[in-house]
Amino acid sequence: MLEIRHLGKTYGSGERATRAVGDVDLTVTEGELVCVVGPSGCGKTTLLKCIGGLLRPTSGEVVLRGRRVTDPPEEMALVFQDYSRSLMPWTSVRNNVLLPLRHKKLARAERSRLVEEALDAVGLTRFIDHYPWQLSGGMQQRVAIARALAYQPSILLMDEPFASVDAQTRGDLEDLVLSVRERFGVTIVFVTHDIDESVYLADRIAVLTHAPTEVKELIAVDLPSPRDQIATKELPDFARLRAHVYRLIKRERPAAGDLADEEALAATRAET
Amino acid sequence: MSGRAWRVTKIGAEIAVPLAILLAWQLWTASAHQARFPRPTTIAVEFQKLWLFSQFDEHVVPSLERIGAGFAIAVVAGIALGIPLGLSRRAHRVAMPHIEYWRAMPPPALLPISVILEHSIANRQKIAFIAFFCIFPVLLNTIDGIRGIDPTLLETARSYGVPRRARIRRIVLPAAFPQIVAGMRNSLALAVIMMVLSEYFSSTSGVGYVLLISKNTFQLVPMWAAIVLIGVLGYVLNLLFLLVERRVLAWHRGWRAALPD
Repeated sequence: MLEIRHLGKTYGSGERATRAVGDVDLTVTEGELVCVVGPSGCGKTTLLKCIGGLLRPTSGEVVLRGRRVTDPPEEMALVFQDYSRSLMPWTSVRNNVLLPLRHKKLARAERSRLVEEALDAVGLTRFIDHYPWQLSGGMQQRVAIARALAYQPSILLMDEPFASVDAQTRGDLEDLVLSVRERFGVTIVFVTHDIDESVYLADRIAVLTHAPTEVKELIAVDLPSPRDQIATKELPDFARLRAHVYRLIKRERPAAGDLADEEALAATRAET
Repeated sequence: MSGRAWRVTKIGAEIAVPLAILLAWQLWTASAHQARFPRPTTIAVEFQKLWLFSQFDEHVVPSLERIGAGFAIAVVAGIALGIPLGLSRRAHRVAMPHIEYWRAMPPPALLPISVILEHSIANRQKIAFIAFFCIFPVLLNTIDGIRGIDPTLLETARSYGVPRRARIRRIVLPAAFPQIVAGMRNSLALAVIMMVLSEYFSSTSGVGYVLLISKNTFQLVPMWAAIVLIGVLGYVLNLLFLLVERRVLAWHRGWRAALPD
Protein backbone atom coordinates (compact mmCIF):
# COMPACT_ATOMS: atom_id res chain seq x y z
CA MET A 1 0.00 0.00 0.00
CA LEU A 2 2.74 2.41 0.98
CA GLU A 3 6.15 2.14 -0.57
CA ILE A 4 9.13 4.17 0.50
CA ARG A 5 11.86 3.82 -2.10
CA HIS A 6 15.42 4.97 -1.49
CA LEU A 7 14.18 8.01 0.37
CA GLY A 8 16.80 10.62 1.25
CA LYS A 9 16.51 14.12 2.66
CA THR A 10 19.28 16.69 2.98
CA TYR A 11 18.73 20.09 4.49
CA GLY A 12 20.64 23.02 3.06
CA SER A 13 23.41 22.66 0.55
CA GLY A 14 27.16 22.96 0.21
CA GLU A 15 29.21 22.94 3.38
CA ARG A 16 26.27 23.51 5.65
CA ALA A 17 24.26 20.60 4.30
CA THR A 18 22.79 18.22 6.86
CA ARG A 19 21.84 14.75 5.72
CA ALA A 20 18.93 13.74 7.92
CA VAL A 21 17.63 10.75 6.01
CA GLY A 22 20.16 8.62 4.14
CA ASP A 23 18.44 5.90 2.19
CA VAL A 24 15.23 4.46 3.57
CA ASP A 25 13.42 1.55 1.97
CA LEU A 26 10.20 0.33 3.53
CA THR A 27 6.96 -1.20 2.33
CA VAL A 28 3.82 -1.13 4.44
CA THR A 29 0.95 -3.42 3.52
CA GLU A 30 -2.77 -2.73 3.85
CA GLY A 31 -4.04 -2.78 7.43
CA GLU A 32 -0.58 -3.16 8.92
CA LEU A 33 0.78 -1.33 11.98
CA VAL A 34 4.45 -0.57 11.50
CA CYS A 35 6.45 1.08 14.25
CA VAL A 36 9.50 3.09 13.32
CA VAL A 37 12.05 3.15 16.13
CA GLY A 38 15.39 4.84 16.18
CA PRO A 39 17.90 6.57 18.39
CA SER A 40 16.84 10.10 19.35
CA GLY A 41 17.67 12.71 16.77
CA CYS A 42 18.07 10.21 13.94
CA GLY A 43 15.68 11.95 11.58
CA LYS A 44 12.43 10.11 12.37
CA THR A 45 10.33 13.24 12.18
CA THR A 46 11.93 14.25 8.92
CA LEU A 47 11.21 10.81 7.50
CA LEU A 48 7.57 11.04 8.57
CA LYS A 49 7.14 14.50 7.11
CA CYS A 50 8.50 13.24 3.80
CA ILE A 51 6.06 10.32 3.87
CA GLY A 52 3.24 12.72 4.70
CA GLY A 53 4.05 15.02 1.79
CA LEU A 54 4.94 17.96 4.04
CA LEU A 55 8.59 17.87 3.00
CA ARG A 56 10.03 17.15 -0.43
CA PRO A 57 12.57 14.32 -0.33
CA THR A 58 15.95 15.10 -1.86
CA SER A 59 16.15 11.66 -3.42
CA GLY A 60 13.92 8.64 -3.82
CA GLU A 61 10.16 8.65 -3.61
CA VAL A 62 7.10 7.77 -1.58
CA VAL A 63 4.33 5.91 -3.39
CA LEU A 64 0.89 5.56 -1.86
CA ARG A 65 -1.43 3.11 -3.64
CA GLY A 66 0.48 3.48 -6.85
CA ARG A 67 0.60 7.27 -6.75
CA ARG A 68 3.69 9.27 -6.01
CA VAL A 69 3.34 11.54 -2.97
CA THR A 70 4.20 15.19 -3.66
CA ASP A 71 1.62 16.93 -1.47
CA PRO A 72 -0.23 15.73 1.60
CA PRO A 73 -2.42 12.95 0.19
CA GLU A 74 -6.12 13.00 0.93
CA GLU A 75 -6.19 9.48 2.31
CA MET A 76 -3.45 10.16 4.84
CA ALA A 77 -3.72 11.82 8.26
CA LEU A 78 -0.91 12.93 10.53
CA VAL A 79 -0.88 13.12 14.32
CA PHE A 80 1.90 15.22 15.77
CA GLN A 81 3.70 14.85 19.05
CA ASP A 82 2.77 18.33 20.25
CA TYR A 83 -0.94 17.92 20.72
CA SER A 84 -1.22 21.24 22.52
CA ARG A 85 0.35 23.00 19.57
CA SER A 86 -1.59 21.20 16.85
CA LEU A 87 -5.03 22.01 18.32
CA MET A 88 -6.70 25.39 17.87
CA PRO A 89 -7.11 26.93 21.33
CA TRP A 90 -9.72 29.48 20.21
CA THR A 91 -12.40 27.01 19.33
CA SER A 92 -14.22 23.97 20.66
CA VAL A 93 -13.21 20.32 20.48
CA ARG A 94 -16.03 19.90 17.93
CA ASN A 95 -14.61 22.56 15.62
CA ASN A 96 -11.10 21.20 16.00
CA VAL A 97 -12.24 17.79 14.83
CA LEU A 98 -14.31 19.43 12.10
CA LEU A 99 -11.34 21.34 10.64
CA PRO A 100 -10.24 18.72 8.08
CA LEU A 101 -13.86 18.04 7.05
CA ARG A 102 -14.91 21.58 6.18
CA HIS A 103 -13.37 21.51 2.73
CA LYS A 104 -14.54 17.99 1.92
CA LYS A 105 -17.70 17.67 -0.12
CA LEU A 106 -19.96 16.28 2.57
CA ALA A 107 -23.50 16.97 3.72
CA ARG A 108 -23.79 18.89 6.98
CA ALA A 109 -25.36 15.95 8.78
CA GLU A 110 -22.65 13.64 7.50
CA ARG A 111 -19.97 15.98 8.85
CA SER A 112 -21.40 16.09 12.33
CA ARG A 113 -21.93 12.35 12.26
CA LEU A 114 -18.23 11.83 11.47
CA VAL A 115 -17.19 14.23 14.23
CA GLU A 116 -19.42 12.54 16.78
CA GLU A 117 -18.36 9.07 15.75
CA ALA A 118 -14.67 9.98 15.98
CA LEU A 119 -15.09 11.55 19.40
CA ASP A 120 -17.05 8.51 20.52
CA ALA A 121 -14.21 6.26 19.39
CA VAL A 122 -11.76 8.12 21.63
CA GLY A 123 -14.27 8.44 24.49
CA LEU A 124 -14.63 12.22 24.47
CA THR A 125 -18.28 12.65 23.54
CA ARG A 126 -18.95 14.51 26.77
CA PHE A 127 -16.28 17.12 26.03
CA ILE A 128 -17.38 18.05 22.52
CA ASP A 129 -18.14 21.65 23.49
CA HIS A 130 -15.08 22.20 25.67
CA TYR A 131 -12.03 24.15 24.64
CA PRO A 132 -9.00 21.89 24.12
CA TRP A 133 -7.06 23.63 26.90
CA GLN A 134 -9.76 22.71 29.38
CA LEU A 135 -8.74 19.05 28.92
CA SER A 136 -5.77 17.10 30.25
CA GLY A 137 -2.78 16.31 28.04
CA GLY A 138 -3.94 12.77 27.31
CA MET A 139 -7.41 13.98 26.42
CA GLN A 140 -5.98 16.63 24.10
CA GLN A 141 -4.05 13.94 22.27
CA ARG A 142 -7.32 12.00 21.98
CA VAL A 143 -8.84 15.04 20.30
CA ALA A 144 -5.96 15.07 17.83
CA ILE A 145 -6.53 11.37 17.15
CA ALA A 146 -10.27 11.92 16.75
CA ARG A 147 -9.56 14.65 14.24
CA ALA A 148 -7.40 12.25 12.24
CA LEU A 149 -10.13 9.58 12.38
CA ALA A 150 -12.89 11.93 11.31
CA TYR A 151 -10.84 12.65 8.21
CA GLN A 152 -11.36 8.94 7.31
CA PRO A 153 -7.81 8.25 6.24
CA SER A 154 -6.78 4.87 4.96
CA ILE A 155 -3.36 5.47 6.50
CA LEU A 156 -2.49 7.21 9.75
CA LEU A 157 0.97 8.61 10.45
CA MET A 158 1.76 9.19 14.11
CA ASP A 159 4.86 11.06 15.21
CA GLU A 160 5.76 10.13 18.78
CA PRO A 161 2.19 10.91 19.71
CA PHE A 162 2.46 9.83 23.34
CA ALA A 163 5.90 11.19 24.16
CA SER A 164 4.58 13.87 26.48
CA VAL A 165 1.91 12.11 28.53
CA ASP A 166 2.33 10.14 31.75
CA ALA A 167 2.85 6.37 31.75
CA GLN A 168 -0.70 5.45 32.79
CA THR A 169 -2.29 7.64 30.13
CA ARG A 170 0.19 6.34 27.64
CA GLY A 171 -0.91 2.75 28.16
CA ASP A 172 -4.53 3.78 27.70
CA LEU A 173 -3.73 5.68 24.51
CA GLU A 174 -1.76 2.74 23.11
CA ASP A 175 -4.80 0.53 23.61
CA LEU A 176 -6.90 3.24 22.01
CA VAL A 177 -4.72 3.10 18.90
CA LEU A 178 -5.17 -0.66 18.70
CA SER A 179 -8.94 -0.44 19.13
CA VAL A 180 -9.19 2.35 16.57
CA ARG A 181 -7.27 0.29 14.08
CA GLU A 182 -9.66 -2.60 14.72
CA ARG A 183 -12.74 -0.40 14.35
CA PHE A 184 -11.69 1.65 11.32
CA GLY A 185 -9.36 -0.83 9.60
CA VAL A 186 -6.73 1.83 9.11
CA THR A 187 -3.07 1.29 8.25
CA ILE A 188 -0.74 2.92 10.78
CA VAL A 189 2.87 4.09 10.68
CA PHE A 190 3.82 4.88 14.24
CA VAL A 191 7.08 6.66 15.02
CA THR A 192 8.35 6.31 18.56
CA HIS A 193 11.56 6.24 20.55
CA ASP A 194 9.98 4.00 23.17
CA ILE A 195 11.02 0.40 22.56
CA ASP A 196 8.32 -1.17 24.77
CA GLU A 197 5.70 0.82 22.95
CA SER A 198 6.93 -0.30 19.55
CA VAL A 199 6.96 -4.00 20.50
CA TYR A 200 3.55 -3.74 22.14
CA LEU A 201 1.85 -2.02 19.19
CA ALA A 202 3.54 -3.26 16.05
CA ASP A 203 3.03 -5.96 13.51
CA ARG A 204 6.48 -5.08 12.27
CA ILE A 205 9.20 -2.81 13.62
CA ALA A 206 11.59 -0.84 11.45
CA VAL A 207 14.71 -0.03 13.45
CA LEU A 208 16.57 2.98 12.12
CA THR A 209 20.24 3.89 12.26
CA HIS A 210 21.69 7.22 13.26
CA ALA A 211 21.47 10.15 10.88
CA PRO A 212 21.71 10.00 7.93
CA THR A 213 19.23 7.31 8.77
CA GLU A 214 18.57 4.00 7.05
CA VAL A 215 16.51 0.98 8.00
CA LYS A 216 18.85 -1.18 10.04
CA GLU A 217 16.55 -4.12 10.51
CA LEU A 218 12.92 -5.06 9.95
CA ILE A 219 11.51 -7.18 12.74
CA ALA A 220 8.25 -9.14 12.53
CA VAL A 221 6.38 -9.05 15.83
CA ASP A 222 4.50 -12.30 16.16
CA LEU A 223 2.86 -11.63 19.50
CA PRO A 224 -0.76 -12.81 19.83
CA SER A 225 -3.66 -10.39 19.36
CA PRO A 226 -5.54 -8.79 20.94
CA ARG A 227 -2.70 -7.37 22.97
CA ASP A 228 -3.01 -6.66 26.64
CA GLN A 229 -0.97 -4.23 28.69
CA ILE A 230 -0.25 -6.84 31.35
CA ALA A 231 -0.50 -10.26 29.69
CA THR A 232 1.34 -9.35 26.50
CA LYS A 233 4.17 -7.70 28.35
CA GLU A 234 4.61 -10.81 30.52
CA LEU A 235 5.26 -13.04 27.52
CA PRO A 236 8.83 -14.29 27.07
CA ASP A 237 8.56 -13.33 23.40
CA PHE A 238 7.86 -9.75 24.39
CA ALA A 239 11.00 -9.65 26.52
CA ARG A 240 13.03 -11.26 23.76
CA LEU A 241 11.86 -8.80 21.09
CA ARG A 242 12.31 -5.87 23.43
CA ALA A 243 15.88 -6.91 24.21
CA HIS A 244 16.61 -7.44 20.53
CA VAL A 245 15.41 -3.97 19.53
CA TYR A 246 17.18 -2.46 22.50
CA ARG A 247 20.51 -3.99 21.46
CA LEU A 248 20.10 -2.79 17.89
CA ILE A 249 19.55 0.78 19.03
CA LYS A 250 22.22 0.70 21.71
CA ARG A 251 24.80 -0.41 19.20
CA GLU A 252 24.10 2.80 17.31
CA ARG A 253 26.77 5.13 18.59
CA PRO A 254 26.02 8.82 18.34
CA ALA A 255 27.49 10.05 15.09
CA ALA A 256 28.18 13.46 13.66
CA GLY A 257 25.08 15.22 12.40
CA ASP A 258 23.14 13.56 15.16
CA LEU A 259 20.87 16.51 15.69
CA ALA A 260 19.22 16.07 12.32
CA ASP A 261 15.72 16.66 13.64
CA GLU A 262 16.56 19.78 15.57
CA GLU A 263 18.34 21.24 12.59
CA ALA A 264 15.42 20.19 10.47
CA LEU A 265 13.13 22.10 12.79
CA ALA A 266 15.27 25.20 12.49
CA ALA A 267 15.26 24.77 8.72
CA THR A 268 11.46 24.46 8.48
CA ARG A 269 11.10 27.53 10.67
CA ALA A 270 13.32 29.38 8.24
CA GLU A 271 11.25 28.19 5.29
CA THR A 272 7.86 29.23 6.63
CA MET B 1 -3.78 41.69 49.93
CA SER B 2 -6.76 39.64 48.84
CA GLY B 3 -8.06 39.93 45.28
CA ARG B 4 -11.26 41.59 46.39
CA ALA B 5 -9.57 44.16 48.62
CA TRP B 6 -7.18 44.96 45.80
CA ARG B 7 -10.04 45.53 43.35
CA VAL B 8 -11.83 47.83 45.79
CA THR B 9 -8.63 49.79 46.38
CA LYS B 10 -7.96 50.03 42.66
CA ILE B 11 -11.42 51.27 41.75
CA GLY B 12 -11.42 53.58 44.78
CA ALA B 13 -8.14 55.13 43.67
CA GLU B 14 -9.43 55.49 40.13
CA ILE B 15 -12.26 57.66 41.44
CA ALA B 16 -10.63 59.28 44.46
CA VAL B 17 -7.48 60.63 42.81
CA PRO B 18 -9.20 62.73 40.12
CA LEU B 19 -11.75 63.87 42.69
CA ALA B 20 -8.98 65.05 45.02
CA ILE B 21 -7.29 66.93 42.19
CA LEU B 22 -10.55 68.59 41.21
CA LEU B 23 -11.21 69.53 44.83
CA ALA B 24 -7.75 71.04 45.24
CA TRP B 25 -8.18 72.93 41.99
CA GLN B 26 -11.60 74.18 43.10
CA LEU B 27 -10.28 75.36 46.48
CA TRP B 28 -7.28 77.05 44.91
CA THR B 29 -9.26 78.86 42.18
CA ALA B 30 -11.97 79.83 44.63
CA SER B 31 -9.47 81.81 46.72
CA ALA B 32 -7.38 83.27 43.89
CA HIS B 33 -8.88 84.70 40.73
CA GLN B 34 -7.25 82.79 37.87
CA ALA B 35 -8.29 83.69 34.34
CA ARG B 36 -6.30 80.87 32.82
CA PHE B 37 -7.62 78.26 35.23
CA PRO B 38 -11.37 78.60 35.60
CA ARG B 39 -13.03 76.83 38.51
CA PRO B 40 -13.94 73.19 37.88
CA THR B 41 -17.56 74.08 38.70
CA THR B 42 -17.49 76.78 36.02
CA ILE B 43 -16.02 74.31 33.52
CA ALA B 44 -18.64 71.73 34.48
CA VAL B 45 -21.45 74.22 33.83
CA GLU B 46 -19.88 75.13 30.49
CA PHE B 47 -19.39 71.45 29.66
CA GLN B 48 -23.06 70.80 30.29
CA LYS B 49 -24.07 73.88 28.28
CA LEU B 50 -21.89 73.05 25.26
CA TRP B 51 -21.91 69.30 24.97
CA LEU B 52 -25.14 68.18 26.65
CA PHE B 53 -26.41 68.62 24.02
CA SER B 54 -26.63 71.98 22.24
CA GLN B 55 -23.36 71.60 20.29
CA PHE B 56 -23.34 67.83 20.34
CA ASP B 57 -24.66 67.30 16.83
CA GLU B 58 -22.64 70.13 15.39
CA HIS B 59 -19.21 69.28 16.84
CA VAL B 60 -19.11 65.99 18.78
CA VAL B 61 -20.85 63.86 16.18
CA PRO B 62 -18.45 64.86 13.35
CA SER B 63 -15.46 64.12 15.59
CA LEU B 64 -16.85 60.69 16.49
CA GLU B 65 -17.62 59.96 12.85
CA ARG B 66 -14.05 60.78 11.89
CA ILE B 67 -12.62 58.58 14.62
CA GLY B 68 -14.99 55.74 13.72
CA ALA B 69 -14.44 55.83 9.97
CA GLY B 70 -10.68 56.44 10.21
CA PHE B 71 -10.24 53.64 12.72
CA ALA B 72 -12.40 51.21 10.71
CA ILE B 73 -10.47 51.87 7.49
CA ALA B 74 -7.16 51.50 9.33
CA VAL B 75 -8.18 48.15 10.85
CA VAL B 76 -9.36 46.69 7.55
CA ALA B 77 -6.37 47.99 5.61
CA GLY B 78 -3.87 47.06 8.34
CA ILE B 79 -5.09 43.47 8.52
CA ALA B 80 -5.41 43.12 4.74
CA LEU B 81 -1.85 44.34 4.21
CA GLY B 82 -0.51 42.49 7.23
CA ILE B 83 -1.62 39.03 6.07
CA PRO B 84 0.65 38.76 3.00
CA LEU B 85 3.51 40.52 4.79
CA GLY B 86 3.18 38.17 7.75
CA LEU B 87 3.02 35.05 5.60
CA SER B 88 5.78 35.80 3.11
CA ARG B 89 9.30 36.38 4.35
CA ARG B 90 10.25 37.87 1.03
CA ALA B 91 7.40 40.36 0.93
CA HIS B 92 8.20 41.26 4.52
CA ARG B 93 11.82 41.99 3.71
CA VAL B 94 10.89 44.15 0.73
CA ALA B 95 8.12 46.09 2.46
CA MET B 96 9.59 46.75 5.90
CA PRO B 97 11.88 49.70 5.02
CA HIS B 98 8.93 51.51 3.42
CA ILE B 99 6.69 50.84 6.38
CA GLU B 100 9.40 52.06 8.76
CA TYR B 101 9.83 55.23 6.72
CA TRP B 102 6.17 56.22 6.80
CA ARG B 103 5.76 55.15 10.38
CA ALA B 104 8.61 57.44 11.41
CA MET B 105 6.96 60.39 9.69
CA PRO B 106 5.55 62.86 12.26
CA PRO B 107 1.82 63.18 11.52
CA PRO B 108 1.77 67.03 11.53
CA ALA B 109 4.25 66.96 8.65
CA LEU B 110 1.61 65.39 6.43
CA LEU B 111 -1.32 67.45 7.65
CA PRO B 112 -1.01 70.33 5.16
CA ILE B 113 -0.44 68.09 2.19
CA SER B 114 -3.40 65.89 3.10
CA VAL B 115 -5.63 68.88 2.34
CA ILE B 116 -4.15 69.21 -1.13
CA LEU B 117 -4.02 65.51 -1.89
CA GLU B 118 -7.57 64.91 -0.79
CA HIS B 119 -8.73 68.24 -2.21
CA SER B 120 -10.89 68.65 0.84
CA ILE B 121 -11.02 70.09 4.32
CA ALA B 122 -14.14 68.14 5.17
CA ASN B 123 -14.57 64.60 6.51
CA ARG B 124 -12.82 63.05 3.56
CA GLN B 125 -9.47 64.61 4.37
CA LYS B 126 -9.82 64.18 8.13
CA ILE B 127 -10.74 60.50 7.83
CA ALA B 128 -7.93 59.80 5.37
CA PHE B 129 -5.45 61.49 7.71
CA ILE B 130 -6.63 59.53 10.75
CA ALA B 131 -6.75 56.24 8.83
CA PHE B 132 -3.25 56.65 7.41
CA PHE B 133 -1.55 56.93 10.78
CA CYS B 134 -3.79 54.41 12.53
CA ILE B 135 -2.85 51.69 10.06
CA PHE B 136 0.63 51.20 11.51
CA PRO B 137 -0.15 49.67 14.93
CA VAL B 138 -2.66 47.25 13.33
CA LEU B 139 -0.35 46.45 10.44
CA LEU B 140 2.77 45.81 12.53
CA ASN B 141 0.90 43.75 15.09
CA THR B 142 -0.80 41.69 12.39
CA ILE B 143 2.58 40.95 10.83
CA ASP B 144 4.13 40.03 14.17
CA GLY B 145 1.12 37.99 15.21
CA ILE B 146 1.20 35.94 12.02
CA ARG B 147 4.95 35.44 12.09
CA GLY B 148 4.66 34.15 15.63
CA ILE B 149 2.12 31.42 14.85
CA ASP B 150 3.25 27.95 15.84
CA PRO B 151 4.32 26.14 12.64
CA THR B 152 2.81 22.91 13.99
CA LEU B 153 -0.65 24.43 13.67
CA LEU B 154 -0.12 25.40 10.04
CA GLU B 155 1.50 22.09 9.17
CA THR B 156 -1.43 20.25 10.69
CA ALA B 157 -3.85 22.18 8.51
CA ARG B 158 -1.66 21.63 5.47
CA SER B 159 -1.40 17.90 6.11
CA TYR B 160 -5.21 17.75 6.10
CA GLY B 161 -5.28 19.48 2.73
CA VAL B 162 -7.05 22.56 4.10
CA PRO B 163 -6.99 25.03 1.15
CA ARG B 164 -4.87 28.15 1.48
CA ARG B 165 -7.78 30.57 1.83
CA ALA B 166 -9.39 28.46 4.52
CA ARG B 167 -6.04 28.19 6.31
CA ILE B 168 -5.85 31.98 6.45
CA ARG B 169 -9.43 32.35 7.63
CA ARG B 170 -9.53 29.46 10.07
CA ILE B 171 -5.97 29.31 11.39
CA VAL B 172 -3.87 32.38 10.57
CA LEU B 173 -6.34 35.10 11.51
CA PRO B 174 -7.71 33.57 14.72
CA ALA B 175 -4.22 32.61 15.89
CA ALA B 176 -2.91 36.14 15.31
CA PHE B 177 -6.07 37.77 16.58
CA PRO B 178 -4.99 38.48 20.18
CA GLN B 179 -2.05 40.49 18.89
CA ILE B 180 -4.12 42.17 16.18
CA VAL B 181 -6.50 43.31 18.90
CA ALA B 182 -3.60 44.75 20.90
CA GLY B 183 -2.66 46.74 17.80
CA MET B 184 -6.26 47.87 17.33
CA ARG B 185 -6.31 49.25 20.84
CA ASN B 186 -3.23 51.34 20.17
CA SER B 187 -4.80 52.52 16.92
CA LEU B 188 -7.95 53.61 18.69
CA ALA B 189 -5.98 55.79 21.11
CA LEU B 190 -4.05 57.16 18.15
CA ALA B 191 -7.30 57.90 16.31
CA VAL B 192 -8.39 60.29 19.07
CA ILE B 193 -5.08 62.17 18.84
CA MET B 194 -5.25 62.33 15.04
CA MET B 195 -8.84 63.54 15.22
CA VAL B 196 -7.88 66.52 17.42
CA LEU B 197 -4.85 67.24 15.27
CA SER B 198 -6.73 67.13 11.98
CA GLU B 199 -9.38 69.46 13.40
CA TYR B 200 -6.77 72.03 14.34
CA PHE B 201 -5.96 72.63 10.72
CA SER B 202 -8.37 73.82 8.02
CA SER B 203 -11.47 72.87 9.87
CA THR B 204 -15.01 74.07 10.39
CA SER B 205 -16.32 71.58 12.90
CA GLY B 206 -15.31 69.11 15.57
CA VAL B 207 -14.14 69.12 19.16
CA GLY B 208 -10.58 70.01 18.17
CA TYR B 209 -11.92 72.94 16.16
CA VAL B 210 -13.90 74.24 19.16
CA LEU B 211 -10.81 73.91 21.34
CA LEU B 212 -8.62 75.88 18.96
CA ILE B 213 -11.18 78.60 18.19
CA SER B 214 -11.91 79.10 21.90
CA LYS B 215 -8.23 79.51 22.63
CA ASN B 216 -7.75 81.90 19.72
CA THR B 217 -10.60 84.07 20.98
CA PHE B 218 -9.46 83.86 24.63
CA GLN B 219 -12.59 82.04 25.66
CA LEU B 220 -10.85 79.87 28.18
CA VAL B 221 -13.90 78.27 29.78
CA PRO B 222 -15.14 76.56 26.57
CA MET B 223 -11.55 75.68 25.81
CA TRP B 224 -11.31 73.80 29.09
CA ALA B 225 -14.69 72.20 28.46
CA ALA B 226 -13.35 70.89 25.15
CA ILE B 227 -10.21 69.54 26.82
CA VAL B 228 -12.32 67.69 29.36
CA LEU B 229 -14.51 66.26 26.62
CA ILE B 230 -11.53 64.99 24.62
CA GLY B 231 -10.19 63.25 27.72
CA VAL B 232 -13.57 61.68 28.41
CA LEU B 233 -13.89 60.54 24.78
CA GLY B 234 -10.51 58.80 24.84
CA TYR B 235 -11.25 57.17 28.16
CA VAL B 236 -14.71 55.93 27.24
CA LEU B 237 -13.62 54.62 23.83
CA ASN B 238 -10.84 52.62 25.44
CA LEU B 239 -13.26 51.30 28.05
CA LEU B 240 -15.73 50.16 25.40
CA PHE B 241 -12.92 48.52 23.47
CA LEU B 242 -11.77 46.62 26.56
CA LEU B 243 -15.31 45.39 27.19
CA VAL B 244 -15.56 44.01 23.65
CA GLU B 245 -12.07 42.54 23.88
CA ARG B 246 -12.91 40.69 27.10
CA ARG B 247 -15.78 38.95 25.35
CA VAL B 248 -14.07 38.23 22.05
CA LEU B 249 -10.80 37.02 23.55
CA ALA B 250 -12.22 35.09 26.49
CA TRP B 251 -10.59 31.94 25.10
CA HIS B 252 -7.21 33.61 25.11
CA ARG B 253 -7.21 34.30 28.83
CA GLY B 254 -8.36 30.76 29.57
CA TRP B 255 -5.75 29.28 27.27
CA ARG B 256 -2.94 31.33 28.74
CA ALA B 257 -3.97 30.45 32.26
CA ALA B 258 -3.91 26.76 31.25
CA LEU B 259 -0.39 26.95 29.78
CA PRO B 260 2.25 25.17 31.84
CA ASP B 261 4.23 28.22 33.06
